[in-house]
Amino acid sequence: MDLSVTIGSLHLKNPVIAASGCFGYGVEYAGVVDLSSLGGIVVKGLFLEEREGHPAPRIVETPAGMLNAIGLQGIGVRRFVDEKLPELRARNATVIVNVCGTTIDEYVEVSRILSDADGVAAIELNISCPNIKEGGIQFGCSLSGTFDVVSSVRKATRLPIFPKLTPNVTDVASFARAAEEGGADAVSLVNTFLAMVIDIETRRPKISNIVGGLSGPAIRPIAVRMVYECRQVVKIPILGMGGIVDARDALEFMIAGASAVQVGTANFVDPFIWPKLLDGMRDYLQRHSLARISDLIGTVDVESKHKEWISS
Amino acid sequence: MALDVAAEVLANLPLSADFNRLSLAAPAIAAATAPGQFVMVKANTSHDPLLRRPFSVFEVLRSGDGTATGLTILNKRIGATTRLLYDAKPGQRIACLGPLGLPWPVIDAGTKREACLVAGGVGLAAFAILAEALVARRVKTTLFYGARTGAELFSLDFFRERGVSLVLTTEDGSAGEHGRVTAPLERHLAERRSAAAVYACGPEAMMAAVARMAMRFACVCHVALERVMGCGLGGCYSCVVPVRGEAGGFHHLRSCIAGPVMSGAQILWE
Ligand SMILES: Cc1cc2nc3c(=O)[nH]c(=O)nc-3n(C[C@H](O)[C@H](O)[C@H](O)COP(=O)(O)O)c2cc1C
Repeated sequence: MDLSVTIGSLHLKNPVIAASGCFGYGVEYAGVVDLSSLGGIVVKGLFLEEREGHPAPRIVETPAGMLNAIGLQGIGVRRFVDEKLPELRARNATVIVNVCGTTIDEYVEVSRILSDADGVAAIELNISCPNIKEGGIQFGCSLSGTFDVVSSVRKATRLPIFPKLTPNVTDVASFARAAEEGGADAVSLVNTFLAMVIDIETRRPKISNIVGGLSGPAIRPIAVRMVYECRQVVKIPILGMGGIVDARDALEFMIAGASAVQVGTANFVDPFIWPKLLDGMRDYLQRHSLARISDLIGTVDVESKHKEWISS
Repeated sequence: MALDVAAEVLANLPLSADFNRLSLAAPAIAAATAPGQFVMVKANTSHDPLLRRPFSVFEVLRSGDGTATGLTILNKRIGATTRLLYDAKPGQRIACLGPLGLPWPVIDAGTKREACLVAGGVGLAAFAILAEALVARRVKTTLFYGARTGAELFSLDFFRERGVSLVLTTEDGSAGEHGRVTAPLERHLAERRSAAAVYACGPEAMMAAVARMAMRFACVCHVALERVMGCGLGGCYSCVVPVRGEAGGFHHLRSCIAGPVMSGAQILWE
């Protein structure tokens, strides 16, 4: 059974990737999971410089989900290259770096530094963090901004680039198209949904940033719909995510049109989830007599489902 | 290395209307646990509540020959998971991931120091294994233990049987000294000064007060933080604490992997 998938020029041994911000810099999990067994690892978002992020409390639980406003705490791209990348390389991890910027120049500069480093497989452009004002969301919420960031970084690197889209817009698919036109190799979606939780006793918001991003199973059906919509309008591959907790959820995203999936919040609940996801995918392929998982991508059957419904 | 075990509930001992002591069959985790380490626990398999909760490993349970058979956690009913843990039935399974975090540094008698353990409420959970380790090293150990009321002072015999001196306080005066645990601690530290090594776990305001007091009396002080955690492994950056930067300013450290035990002097208390 072949679990491998291709994202542009990038060949992944399987379609299961750790989502940014949910797996540290990868090295934190080396004692729990064989990092080389994952299709890839997207590390925590990195700017040019170190950032301390927001004060605690940074998370609060919600029905079947969680709200976070970490504020992109990070060690900066140079320290990442010096301190984390060598270990990731030694462990044969497929490293995708989530790149942040407050300006287009910063995205370009961070991407350039990563292109010169040894052991980066791809760049995920974070133009969608809902939790800081100057964190790229101003690019991710404008079609021309999305195009400008992607096309500028495109000129600066030969690494595959995957802009990560925000769901906090009316028509995500138009942003996927802007990214494609800018020269993206794929798009990642979705980042978290802007949300809020208030303590009614104190009347205070439950996280320090007042609002934050919602993730986890609660958002999954919306994320699946968005992947499906993007699949209709772009040719480049999609990395789908949002609330995946088991192989069935991952397969749902692939059938909707994702070439690979990312898993974030579920890794907090079960850091041993990775082999379970892969086993579940293999079981499915066997049950459906499929030789390759890539044969499943975008195979949602919107026609006969309707007929069946009429006949049953 | 962390293990994830679907641990059977061996016993659930109610201690009061809000507190219970839960015994879990997680021998491999228990055997590997050092004083001050914690486990991430999930009492349900559904998505509500979704995340695990951190708990200090309270005691390591052992068979007659000393083999670890399980661990206990001290639980206070405050939210969804703690309610499920309060109501847990023997035989039920609870996901238990651990042991996690940096342990307490255990002094030994050769340092000529005595250990002052300072517990506030459910913070007691960080001290049973530490007390055993200190006593095994023949370190003179005193537990300063404060609670709201006498009925919420638990496991006193555990510490007494091991030769730990107890200094108790309650906020309502129903047992021990009336008031906060910091009052008798201050008298003690004023006398012992740097001959005392202080270990604190409890409400953050208490730990802040203890850390400042320890600095004033030039005592070494460690605290075990109990921040909201998402994963316990350093993945999510939600449990951060501000610590002093080398060149001024501050850094946010993840209390799950740079703690939960940290130097009291390092932290920028609010
Ligand atoms: C605590 C936390 C931190 C995150 N940090 C980042 C980040 O640094 N960069 C980014 O692009 N996405 C970040 N995300 C979003 C996730 O990568 C993912 O898009 C989102 O959580 C949906 O997937 P999930 O439901 O599987 O978690 C973060 C999510 C969480 C929960």
